[in-house]
Amino acid sequence: MIAKLRSIWLVLPAVLLIGICFIYPVAWLLQRSVSEPVWGLQNYAEIFTKSIYLGVLWNTVTIAGVTTLLCALFGFPVAYSMVHSRPWLRKLLIFVVLIPFWTSILVRSFAWLVILQGGGIINDFLTGVGLIAEPLELVYNRLGVLLGMVQVLLPFMVFPLYSVMARIDGSYVKAATNLGANPIRAFFRIYLPLCLPGLLTGAMLVFIISLGYFITPALLGGRGDIMIAQLIFERIDEFGDWALASALAIVLLVGTALLFGFVSLLLKLRGKGV
Amino acid sequence: MFYSARFWGGLRGVINLLLAVYMLAPLVVILIISFSSALFLSFPPPGFSLQYYEKMFSNPTWTRTLWTSVKIMVPSAVIATVLGTAAALALSRMESRWAVLIRGLLMAPLIIPVIITAAAIFGVFRIWGLYGTLPGLILAHVILTLPYVMSTVSANLAVFDKRLEDAAANCGAPPFTAFRRVTLPLISPAVLSGMLFAMVISFDELIVSLFLSTPTIRPVTVQMWSNIRGDTDPTIAAIATVLFLFSLFALLIDGLARRKSGRAPGL
Repeated sequence: MIAKLRSIWLVLPAVLLIGICFIYPVAWLLQRSVSEPVWGLQNYAEIFTKSIYLGVLWNTVTIAGVTTLLCALFGFPVAYSMVHSRPWLRKLLIFVVLIPFWTSILVRSFAWLVILQGGGIINDFLTGVGLIAEPLELVYNRLGVLLGMVQVLLPFMVFPLYSVMARIDGSYVKAATNLGANPIRAFFRIYLPLCLPGLLTGAMLVFIISLGYFITPALLGGRGDIMIAQLIFERIDEFGDWALASALAIVLLVGTALLFGFVSLLLKLRGKGV
Repeated sequence: MFYSARFWGGLRGVINLLLAVYMLAPLVVILIISFSSALFLSFPPPGFSLQYYEKMFSNPTWTRTLWTSVKIMVPSAVIATVLGTAAALALSRMESRWAVLIRGLLMAPLIIPVIITAAAIFGVFRIWGLYGTLPGLILAHVILTLPYVMSTVSANLAVFDKRLEDAAANCGAPPFTAFRRVTLPLISPAVLSGMLFAMVISFDELIVSLFLSTPTIRPVTVQMWSNIRGDTDPTIAAIATVLFLFSLFALLIDGLARRKSGRAPGL
């Protein structure tokens, strides 16, 4: 009992801090969203009916979706390669995947700008050797956003996949091929389903994190690639429009929370063998 | 050919190479450009010089903002480390539904998108007069980094043998002595790791700082943000390199600490 009481004193400062400086502000935001300028759900109605806001919501979901897909397509062979490499190569691959994780998002976005823009490295090279006359539009559009986002989010796909793949017993696939399945069939019927928990965890992580992305799309995207986070920032920074900004933030919060809850439930069910 | 081991081995090699280029090329380009002798952005550079580093350290805008970043990073990392470690220790002893609830509460800033945290904190801090102040920025960074420290220390405590502390207590050590002489040395690599993590995150943080900073109190990342959007001045490459080297340095210290603790008896 005494030990328990002491534990409460140890955790209390952190709880108070998070409560006052995080939970209260988020609650304040929620309250603003339904009380600005008058009480009611008018701000939410506006978001879900006006085409500009629907467009941004659509951008957010599609960019997150395509990023997730690309991360899965690229992350799968990378994770497979990690599992089936010699230890030194595996360590090197893990290091390479984690490097962007340890560099500031600003640094990475700036690097992509230098490489991709009109007078950037790729265009300079291609015009220099005479392959193209006009610079290609590689950035300030969807392509730039996706290149930047997949690079940052790849680790969230690779590591869940890696941990699942490392535990897969190779004899299952061997048994399938011995029984006459061709390797492609064995892959789709045996190997892929075994990887599914990792793939699902990775996909959900990438998708959820993508939904709230701000810096990369803001720097590498164009006017047609505005995602919800950037809209929230602009609404507050340029217009001081708390009514819409707070409602958008709550939409993002609820969307993220619902997805998170859904995935936890799914993984729990799978864990029970359902 | 399709089924041959050579084909698949080759394909794996290609994928590995593609990965390396994709992940590393941007960083390598930044490093090279930061040492360029050209007067504007050009690649490959005609020669090498330290002019952009000189520019960075002689331009008060960059030195001032770098210093502001340090003034935010150090106190916030220390506070987050103390509070996060204390919370992790307390939670490891509370085996109840409360522990789950409190852990969820303290991890929340890590799970919900930073833009929401930023907007919410900005709104409330403006009312409280913390907007555009050093304490306000420090407090906000503590909120963001505390979950990292707590989860790092918690992961370490999960494999920590509580009987060691009990043994110390049974031998007559007062609780605080048992903690200081037994528990703390055993978890100190994780605490250090959490603090380094907190420092790197604070130093690289942009979104919350963007909301809370003013032209007078402005961390280096916010300054970079406003400059990047205008043009691609190679000085930014020099600053980017400094930021990257800082992360690498933290990673290195962390690795060394882990290796050292790996050799320590009992772990």
